[in-house]
Amino acid sequence: MTVVDKIVPDEEKAGARTPPRPTLRHRLSRWDVKVSPYLYIAPFFVVFGIVGLFPLLYTAYVSLFSWEAGDDDPSFIGLDNFKELFADTQFWNALENTVSIFLLSSVPQLIIAVLLAALLSARIRGATGWRVGVLLPYAASLVALGIIFANLFGPKYGLVNGLLQTIGLDPVDWQAGRFSSHVAIAIMVNWRWTGYNALIVLAAMQAIPKELHEAALIDGAGTARRFFSVTLPLLKPTLIFVTITSTIGGLQIFTEPKLFDAMPGSNNGGSSNQFQTVTLYLYQTAFENYELGYASAIAWVLFVIIVLIALVNFFLTGRLTAVKKK
Amino acid sequence: MTTIHSGLKRGVSALGKPRRVTYVVLTIFVLGSLFPFYWSFLVASRDSGMLTERVPPFLPGGNFFANAARVFDTVPFWKALANSLIVSGTVTLTTVLFSALAGFAFAKLRFRGRNGLFVFIVITLAVPTQLGIIPLFMAMSEFGWAGGLQSVIVPNLVTAFGVFWMRQYTLDAVPYELIEAARVDGCSMIRIFWNVCLPAVRPAAAILAMFTFMTSWNDFLWPLVVLDAGNPTVQLALEKLQSGYYVDYSLVLAGTTLATIPILIVFLLLGRQIVAGIMQGAVKG
Repeated sequence: MTVVDKIVPDEEKAGARTPPRPTLRHRLSRWDVKVSPYLYIAPFFVVFGIVGLFPLLYTAYVSLFSWEAGDDDPSFIGLDNFKELFADTQFWNALENTVSIFLLSSVPQLIIAVLLAALLSARIRGATGWRVGVLLPYAASLVALGIIFANLFGPKYGLVNGLLQTIGLDPVDWQAGRFSSHVAIAIMVNWRWTGYNALIVLAAMQAIPKELHEAALIDGAGTARRFFSVTLPLLKPTLIFVTITSTIGGLQIFTEPKLFDAMPGSNNGGSSNQFQTVTLYLYQTAFENYELGYASAIAWVLFVIIVLIALVNFFLTGRLTAVKKK
Repeated sequence: MTTIHSGLKRGVSALGKPRRVTYVVLTIFVLGSLFPFYWSFLVASRDSGMLTERVPPFLPGGNFFANAARVFDTVPFWKALANSLIVSGTVTLTTVLFSALAGFAFAKLRFRGRNGLFVFIVITLAVPTQLGIIPLFMAMSEFGWAGGLQSVIVPNLVTAFGVFWMRQYTLDAVPYELIEAARVDGCSMIRIFWNVCLPAVRPAAAILAMFTFMTSWNDFLWPLVVLDAGNPTVQLALEKLQSGYYVDYSLVLAGTTLATIPILIVFLLLGRQIVAGIMQGAVKG
C-alpha cells in the first residue's frame, strides 16, 4: 500500500511507532486489516455467549438436578424432573392455555393485518398520519396494556361488561372463565400488534411491481380477484416472517396474563390456573417456589416446543401457498 | 428500498382509488387504537367512583394531577424514571455502537469465517434466549449484581437484530471506493469506521436507536426477576402500583398514563421515521 503523506497519520498509532519506519507501519496496517473485523464483531459473540447461549445450555444441566434456590449441594436426579413434568397436569394446562391464547391472537390478527394493509395501500390522503394512527398501540408498554385491559374487562365495573349490559346482554366474568379469559388476553395482544404487522404487510404489498397489477387489470381481473391472485401469493414470504415472529413471541407470553389476574401480583393465572401460560408457570416455579431444577425443565421443554413449532410453521406455510398456486 | 420510497411518495396502490368506506373503516380502527389510552387518562383524571357508574362520563375530570402526585407518594416513581432512563439510554448507546461496528465488518470487510458467522447471527434471531433466565439469575446472584442496574444493562449490550439490521443497511450505504480511498490515505480501520461508515449509516442507526430504546423501556420479565421493589424500572413501579389487595384504578391508571405520555410524544414527533423503520425492516428482513 502506498503512503500518501499529505494526510496526517492518526494520533493513536503515532505513539506506537516513534520512528516512523515504513516497514513497521506496513506491518501495523496489515495487522489492523486482519484483526479489526474480529474485534468489531466480538462484542456480539461475547455478549451472546455469556448471556444467551451459556444460560440456555446451563438450563439443560440445572434441569437434571433437584435444585432449590440457595442450594449449595443440589442432588443429581437424572431425568426425574422431566418425568414429573410430563405427568404434571398444571404444566399441560399451561401449555394448552398458551396455545389457545396464541391461536386466538395470531389467526385473527394476521387476517385483520392483511385487510388493514390493503386499506392503507389505497391512495388515501394523509397516508403517514393513518399509518402512525394504526401503530399507536405499539407505544403502550405491555405492563400498561395489561393494567388498562384488566380494568376494561373487570368483572363488576368494567367498561366492556357495562356495554354488554347496555345492549341487553349478560355480563361476562372475563377472568373467571377459561375461554373468556383467553379471548380477553388475545384481544390485548391483537390490539397491540395488529397495526404493527399491518405495516410490515403493507411494505411487502408496495414492493409488488405495479406492472403485475396492470397486467391483471388488462386481463379483466377485478379488485378482489387481483387481491387473491396477485397480492396474496406474493405476500407469502412476509406472511411466513410475521407468523414465525409471532410464534416465537406468542408462545413465551407472560406479561399480559400476569397483569390480567384479578388477584394482582399473583402468578397463578387465575384462581384455577385458567389462563396461566407456560412462561408464567416457569416464573412461578422458579421465583415464587424456588424450584430451579424443575423450572429449568419447563424452560427447556418450552424451548424445544418453540423451535419445533417455528420449523413446522415454516414448512406448513410454504406448503399451503404452494398448493394454492396450482 | 428505492421502490419503497418512490412507492410512498406516489402512494401507488394495489387496490386503486380509495372509497369513502376506506376512510370510515380506518377512522374506526384509529379510534379503537386511541381508546384505551384515552380511557386510562379518563379514569386517572377522576376518582375510582366513576367506575361504579353504569354510564361512565366521557370527559376528563380535574383530578389528574392529584392522582399523579399520589403515584409519586406510593412508589419511588422518580427513581424508577431515572433508572429506566439510565438503563434504556446505556443499552441504546452500546447496541447502536456495537451493531454498527459489527454491521460494518460483516458488510464491508473481508475475513475468514465471515459468512458462517453471519448465518449464525441470523439463526440466533429465532432463539428464545429469554428462556435462559434461571442460570442468568443464578450468575447475577453469584456476581452480587442482582438488584443493581448493571444486571439489566449487561445482558442487553448488543442484539442479533441490531447487527443484522446495520449490516443490511451498510451493504448499500457505504461505497467500497470510499473505503479504498481512505485506506490509501493511510486511515486505520477504526478511523474508516468512524469517519466514513458511521456518517453514512446514520439514518439506520437512528431507527435502531428508537426501537432499542422502546424495547428496553418496556422490558418486564427480566427486570422483574432480577431487580427488587426498592430499585425498580418504570414498568416494575407500574406493576407494584397494581399489586395491592385493593386496586385503586385512578391511582394505577394515573401511573400508566404518566409512563405512556413520553413514549406517545416520541411517537407523535417521530411517527414518520418509526413507520418507515418498520416498513424498511420488513423489506430488508
